[in-house]
Amino acid sequence: MSGIILPGADGALYQRDRAWHPAADTPGYKSTTFRAPKHSLLALGPTKSEMSGPTFGHEKLGALDNDLIRNFSQDGSDAIGQRMIVYGQVLDENARPVPHTLVEYWQANAGGRYRHKKEGYLAALDPNFGGFGRSITDENGFYHFRTVKPGAYPWPNGGNDWRPAHIHFSVFGHAFAQRLITQMYFEGDPMIWQCPIVATINDKAAIDQLTARLDRQNTTPMDALAYRFDIVLRGRRSTMFENKLEGN
Amino acid sequence: MLHPVPTLKETPSQTAGPYVHIGMTPNFCDIPGVYATDMGSTMINGEVEGERITLNIRLIDGAGVPLNDGLVEIWQADASGSFVSPTAPNSNSVPAFTGWGRQPANGDGVAAFETIKPGRVAGPDGKPMAPHVSLWIVARGINIGLQTRLYFEDEAEANEGDFVLNKIMDKRRRQTLIARKENAGRYHLDIHLQGEKETVFFDI
Ligand SMILES: [Fe+2]
Repeated sequence: MSGIILPGADGALYQRDRAWHPAADTPGYKSTTFRAPKHSLLALGPTKSEMSGPTFGHEKLGALDNDLIRNFSQDGSDAIGQRMIVYGQVLDENARPVPHTLVEYWQANAGGRYRHKKEGYLAALDPNFGGFGRSITDENGFYHFRTVKPGAYPWPNGGNDWRPAHIHFSVFGHAFAQRLITQMYFEGDPMIWQCPIVATINDKAAIDQLTARLDRQNTTPMDALAYRFDIVLRGRRSTMFENKLEGN
Repeated sequence: MLHPVPTLKETPSQTAGPYVHIGMTPNFCDIPGVYATDMGSTMINGEVEGERITLNIRLIDGAGVPLNDGLVEIWQADASGSFVSPTAPNSNSVPAFTGWGRQPANGDGVAAFETIKPGRVAGPDGKPMAPHVSLWIVARGINIGLQTRLYFEDEAEANEGDFVLNKIMDKRRRQTLIARKENAGRYHLDIHLQGEKETVFFDI
């Protein structure tokens, strides 16, 4: 093969496939009405400012930061709900693991109630459940945490819209341009297909990518089910030049 | 092997929802005791070169209403124009200047950062870009994080020659990225999500 180097392409990220992501303006999700920018985005290849990003190796995470069953416990007892482990691998678009990156997550309790002063749902608060945690991926890009399955909840959008059970995720990667926020759903939940926020995504395969799989192999017997949720961040375009240097 | 197209699809984005503060700034959100501090709340941890500044970034929707449920992250160079240790993910020492900040929008829609004025970073054309701060904005009603930049009113000459500002063809819209200097060391930028003064957002 000839070693053609595309000018400017060395190490740049793949362009974001905006058709795979939700559009900004999605009338079915009413909060976008006044919050969606109307101008088209200005295409800008990443510069040094966006190809770099914060690292979190110096952050000392607490031992319970990835244990939502215990990290807010007030009286030493566990949070109420169906116990489960959520785990997965953070990869880039080239299927390379993304090690040492921060993954944050938050969710409603088992009844579908968030610990927030503006939350209006009548489901009860669990005094021992805060609803959030964080992990740093290991050298192979894996994260894991323990929690209870969040409940579905109603929300003011249409007359009677309900969110499917879900967990919110925030992920960094190693470049600020990789920054991602998303939500994880549960395999087999019929409510996924009735949700106006899920429906902001057009492609069914993209929705499938947000659906965690029940993983019986990693279940903790007599304790917790396991769900696997892999996360893919933007990847760098490789060039012949780079390949030669790194030998891959 | 050459990768003309990616092997995997990027995980699609979903909105941060109304309770992003629970997960990302829990102490601000009245859920203390789990994390010692909210990550990104302090950017300066010691002696650092450069002018200390405050950035007040206000989020406003298309009806003119401030977003009190939003969240802003910033990423910037230090005073010399360098980014902090991107090659040292396992470093045990806390950098004196982290370059990264995260703040919730408060009741007035303002995310306030205590930082230092960034130096100039080389642009893709090899020329230094004007001092700037990269922004990432999420909230209920925002389906995918919004990316933009903050520039400084008192850097008019550098702004004139900036690679990114000059990509904005409609010159009037360049103003949407330029923070107003309120007084010494205090800058204010309104981010308009839509409307006449809609901020220029990037596809990076
Ligand atoms: Fe939610």
